[in-house]
Amino acid sequence: MVNSGLTQNNQLDKEHSGDKPLRVRFRWLTDNRMSFLFLSPTMLLLLFIAIFPLIWSLRLSFTDWSVIGDAGKIPEPVGFHSYGTALGLGETRTEKRVGVEVAERFAITGQFVLPTVIIELLLGFGLAMLLNRKFLGRGLLMTVMLIPMMLTPVIVALYWKYMLRTDIGVINYLIHDIFGGPRIDWLNQIKIAIWALVLADVWMWTPFMMLISLAGLSAVPKYLYEAADVDQASAWFKFRHITLPMVTPLLLIAVLFRTMDAYRLFDQAWVLTGGGPGGSTEVMSFYLYLVAFKDFETGLASAIGYIMLIVIIALANLLIRKINEIADEG
Amino acid sequence: MTTNTQITRTSNLPKIIHYAKEFLFWFVLIATFLFSIFPLYWMFITSLKPRTDVEMTPPTFMPFVDYQPTLDNYVDVFLKDRAGAGFAEADQEATRKISEFPTTLTNSVIITTVTTILAVLMGTLAAYAFSRFQIKGEADMRFFILSTRMLPPVVVLIPVFLMFNQPGELVNNALQNIPISFIQAFGESIKDFSLRNSYIGITLLYITFGLPFVVWMMKGFFDEIPKEYEEAAMMDGYSRLEAIWKIVLPEAFPAMLATSVFVVITAWNEFVFVLLLNRDNATTVPPFLFSILGYGQVEWGRTAATSVLFLIPIIVFTFLARNHLLRGVTFGAVRR
Repeated sequence: MVNSGLTQNNQLDKEHSGDKPLRVRFRWLTDNRMSFLFLSPTMLLLLFIAIFPLIWSLRLSFTDWSVIGDAGKIPEPVGFHSYGTALGLGETRTEKRVGVEVAERFAITGQFVLPTVIIELLLGFGLAMLLNRKFLGRGLLMTVMLIPMMLTPVIVALYWKYMLRTDIGVINYLIHDIFGGPRIDWLNQIKIAIWALVLADVWMWTPFMMLISLAGLSAVPKYLYEAADVDQASAWFKFRHITLPMVTPLLLIAVLFRTMDAYRLFDQAWVLTGGGPGGSTEVMSFYLYLVAFKDFETGLASAIGYIMLIVIIALANLLIRKINEIADEG
Repeated sequence: MTTNTQITRTSNLPKIIHYAKEFLFWFVLIATFLFSIFPLYWMFITSLKPRTDVEMTPPTFMPFVDYQPTLDNYVDVFLKDRAGAGFAEADQEATRKISEFPTTLTNSVIITTVTTILAVLMGTLAAYAFSRFQIKGEADMRFFILSTRMLPPVVVLIPVFLMFNQPGELVNNALQNIPISFIQAFGESIKDFSLRNSYIGITLLYITFGLPFVVWMMKGFFDEIPKEYEEAAMMDGYSRLEAIWKIVLPEAFPAMLATSVFVVITAWNEFVFVLLLNRDNATTVPPFLFSILGYGQVEWGRTAATSVLFLIPIIVFTFLARNHLLRGVTFGAVRR
């Protein structure tokens, strides 16, 4: 019964469906069954390809299994050993080094994520404040600004790498030859290389912050400003007590998205700086890749992955709670 | 005299502030525009530069003015690297083979197309169910779907790699425990099945990347289509399937197209998974681009030409879907 109904799903035209109207022939397809049919492909696929691997890596994180050395062997459980190592509680010298490395890589990730998100937020919001009016070419500008965030990250990184070259890069040409500044060795200096990543990311994602801010700004009701004008409120007062409270919830959502994305940055770190110089741009995702597919420490890598996951979930929850708090107040 | 100017200045002050504001506005506007467009412009003109111009200092900015543009780089895209360091040797020219670009581009197109069609279809059905039916634990299921997007992809990279490497062997190991001979024989027969270097594996993976997005977006759109439309149709004697097919889908079709842009872009741009899983076969363009970077001498002109060819579809898509994109990049958090 179920099968015969399914095979005829496509023939919805009444002419081909024999004597009985479709309504009668599909009577078996109650709303309940239909919702099950509609949902199960999505849920099954996500379960198998997104959730199952996650559970598997949880299991691996409690072992010292290696994808190269121990292929075919059953993983040997070692309890929380890998987590201890990653958190710096290891006893041998190599284990201690891993602990130090993980802490360093988290710091590097923070050094990338914090400035990136803050600069993008300030720049994007500032631009939106300025551009929040009708002007010639607004549509064109919006479309042009949408392009960077749609581009292939590998290509973006590739092109910034070319433009940031010390000798032939156009950025250094502009800084040095046109504006008389110093030549900046963007990609080979430990303190500067991380800023190359920040720069490329700011280029790609500031428009995102700007567009969300614009959406927020255009949603502020005009009569609030008119009322403030009647009371002769200052521009700062209007900004502080009307604009900001109305836009903050949306801005926080944007910050949440950007933080989550910046935290897992990988392609750009690989192509633009390759983690160098001296590991100074090895953000967490990149470091994790190296542990998993260069050192082949699968168990340890899984544990580090889970630590990464817990950190971002905690961060995201903090932000989401803040968003809900503000939403409740408003 | 001094007092005189003083007076005119004060009386002109609002005007001056107005002009200063206008100036600042247009200055910021143009600066933003230039900052956004410059890397793209630079990539485009680099792709047209002759080899000698690409690494020149000071760099050349204007085609036709500073240098004579050439399409050599675009020809190079389709040819393999010249052997050895000696460039520009005429006899090598004839022996150069076709590069992997056409193959990888075809792969990109196939994988992206299949991914998009399947993800949008599956996601739309699920979104319809979420929007219209009473489902137990709906909020939990929706959160579960969203949460798969929060994961840093590298975290699932390891188990996905293991799972795709030998899914046959995994199933076989499980089946060998069942003491029925034909089931064990079946297990043996699928032992060597692998999802690595295959279209199926990477497509399934990309569908899971796109699905959460489609479900959330489409649910938002369905919520905006009044329920009464279908209810009226069902009153008139249509079955629910007919109502969906004839009334809801035509309404939702533009939204499906807008949503599909994001699935297209995710699949088109993805790099790590395809690099790791499909190293030998069914590779897409991003890993190919990375590979022509090679070591030492980088042929920037050729890389630029490849990038331009690969980016054109995205820029066209962005242009076509520009009115829907904001809602998309925020997972529906911003409504139009």
